[in-house]
Amino acid sequence: MPDAPGLELIRGEIERDCPGAVLATSFDRSQAALIADPDRVLEVLGWLKEQPGQRYDFLSSLHAADYLPAEPRFAVHYELINRDRVERIRVKAMLADPGKEELPEIDSSVELFPTAEAQEREVFDFFGIVFRGHPNLTRILMPDDYVGWPQRRDFPVGGEPVTFTYSEGRFD
Amino acid sequence: MTEAAPQTLDRDREVMTVNVGPHHPATHGVLRLVVDLEGEIVRECRPVIGYVHTGIEKSCEDKSYWKVIPFVERMDYVSYFFQMEAYCGAVERLVDLEIPPRAKYLRTLFLELNRIHSHLVWLGTTALDLGAISMLWYCFRERDKILDLFEMACGQRMHTRYFQVGGVIEDIPLGFEQKCRAFAEEMPIRVGQYQDLLDRNEVFLQRTKGTGTVSRERLLELGVSGPLLRAAGEPWDLRKAFDYLAYPEMDFKIPVGTVGDNYDRYRVRVAEMVESASIVRQCLDALPEGPHIADDRKYVLPPRSELSTSMESLIHHFKLVTEGYRVPPGEVYYSIESPRGELGCFVLADGSAKPARVHFRDPSFVNLQAFRDMALDTYVADMIASLGMLDPILGGVDR
Amino acid sequence: MLRGDLEGEDLEQYVEERILTTTFEKMLNVARANSIFPLTFGLACCAIEGIPMAAVTARYDIARFGAEAGRASPRQADLMVLSGRVSIKMAPVIRRLYDQMLEPKWVMAMGACSSSGGMFANYAVLQGADKFLPVDIYVPGCPPRPEAVLYGFTKLQRQIMGNPDQGWRQRYDAYGTEEWARGGPRSQPSPEAAEAYREARELSLA
Repeated sequence: MPDAPGLELIRGEIERDCPGAVLATSFDRSQAALIADPDRVLEVLGWLKEQPGQRYDFLSSLHAADYLPAEPRFAVHYELINRDRVERIRVKAMLADPGKEELPEIDSSVELFPTAEAQEREVFDFFGIVFRGHPNLTRILMPDDYVGWPQRRDFPVGGEPVTFTYSEGRFD
Repeated sequence: MTEAAPQTLDRDREVMTVNVGPHHPATHGVLRLVVDLEGEIVRECRPVIGYVHTGIEKSCEDKSYWKVIPFVERMDYVSYFFQMEAYCGAVERLVDLEIPPRAKYLRTLFLELNRIHSHLVWLGTTALDLGAISMLWYCFRERDKILDLFEMACGQRMHTRYFQVGGVIEDIPLGFEQKCRAFAEEMPIRVGQYQDLLDRNEVFLQRTKGTGTVSRERLLELGVSGPLLRAAGEPWDLRKAFDYLAYPEMDFKIPVGTVGDNYDRYRVRVAEMVESASIVRQCLDALPEGPHIADDRKYVLPPRSELSTSMESLIHHFKLVTEGYRVPPGEVYYSIESPRGELGCFVLADGSAKPARVHFRDPSFVNLQAFRDMALDTYVADMIASLGMLDPILGGVDR
Repeated sequence: MLRGDLEGEDLEQYVEERILTTTFEKMLNVARANSIFPLTFGLACCAIEGIPMAAVTARYDIARFGAEAGRASPRQADLMVLSGRVSIKMAPVIRRLYDQMLEPKWVMAMGACSSSGGMFANYAVLQGADKFLPVDIYVPGCPPRPEAVLYGFTKLQRQIMGNPDQGWRQRYDAYGTEEWARGGPRSQPSPEAAEAYREARELSLA
């Protein structure tokens, strides 16, 4: 991983080319992360991928997390690897929950990293985050007609109470 | 055919959509493929997954940190030690816990035994799909020997819950080392026997050579890792790239293919089995003495013998078993090389005794995206061969 | 043995020692129990340890019970082994497979997940396969050892030899094939057919 000064250098260079796209950096437990503006996350990813000194061209994982009750609530994480220098870097895009009946949106990175296709579908399936420009944004793991976004923190774990022989009548 | 032919050609070019699975003898698990066939040639292939989705990641948010371990090992149900290692490694990063050297070597030993186990199951079932039915019996004979070793050390054949945060739950018993060493000596001979059966088998060669080829660049774009990527010529292995556990001290080679067709994938995995046996032997030779789990009583259960003498141990034990330890807030992504590729674990901790999010980057889920490229414009039989060589485990794909 | 070797009483005793009399139903049940065709159907982890994998292989040989001929098509199989967790997306598929199997058919719920939901008490796993299928025998374990699966299998065989129909299938509306169960145009039998069916069922229970 780039160490803390290296991370600041990267941030400085991105500021030069795409000013305002990176909101903050975070270096926690020797993992480097760039916190990007969700509307400009494609610029950051593209810069990291194409810049001759950086070349983080392997998207290892795209996943999301729900930070309820902190605001902004959702974050989409992009884990990038540079295979030549063997370094990892993370890009986080924080999204706020727009409220009832509306889903948070972010641009899809399928053109930059084709591996994101199934992983963005999974994030949509579980969190309801819409990726603009995705070729086929449908549910992938849950049944197609399922209602609800299962991995949000306010969605209950579910399940049924266990019925034993003596209590079977009560749970009808 | 003359120029007036197009009408009859149209009728010949009719495309039929066929459903393969989710119950099918050749899909490795409950994978459903919706395939558009033109005659015998696959024109479009759409995988539909989710038939064994268990909501493991959501269940983990409801359990204390050590109760998550039996959940996550049931994801990719053939390589269960790898999931345990990914999760325990991630939590150890979060709490900054250093595991003792003996635990590192024991973990490496069991990981490599599990890698051999996974490749044996793969070889048995894939050869079964391609028609070489006897391979199933031979591979499972070796697999039973590995499961005997697991049962001896961990108490259960599968889903052993052996790795804990801080090390391993118990030291290996007497007699384990002899048995394991005998197994590691015998494994290369057995692999040689498998190769004798398959390597010059004309039917097997015809079905795997030149089929399911995808270029290295396309595989990298699709995020594929593991033996699939190595068969296409890219020497990318997380064991050598990111040093973790005892791998830096082990001396092993990474088999890399050239063409990237099904035959190369077969050869890469078989060679990996031999390398893993050598790593097992090296681990046994170099196994250091010492404790098998870390000393930090805040995260690790104290040994039972202390519970009757020390009040502090009793309090630690009580706290760990009832509420569990609290992890300082933070997030970590930790990945290792599983038999199928890069297995990553993302743990988000919010300061309480339960994780706020556990997510696994499963290699089969990402590798499945390459399947369409492998199967397009080939015969159905080649598609089945590619599916076998892709080695998906649907428990990992669906989680 | 040639004609004239034994006479009279000796001959009668000789013959008695070698002829077995029984009812047709008992013979049928013995034949059914010892030649079960399992459906090669695996869902998750239990599949690696049970039928169709470890129990079929050399150490835990299921062929000695006559059941190594696993059929992939449900129309040709007798026993469906639910080896693994039943998710909500898979449940209609399993029910359809069950309906496609022909009578007599049996279901073994292998492992904790198909018996009762196992450790997964969440939104995605059905808490037990017997919520939508009649299950004949439950084998606990996570995963059960192949020996446990074979023990369950032999218990099922004894069940079959004793009584193939447990009488509680009407709870799940699981008579016959798919069309009958789904309430199609021929799902209600004519009174004669119902009477004949009832008599045949009584005969088999006898």
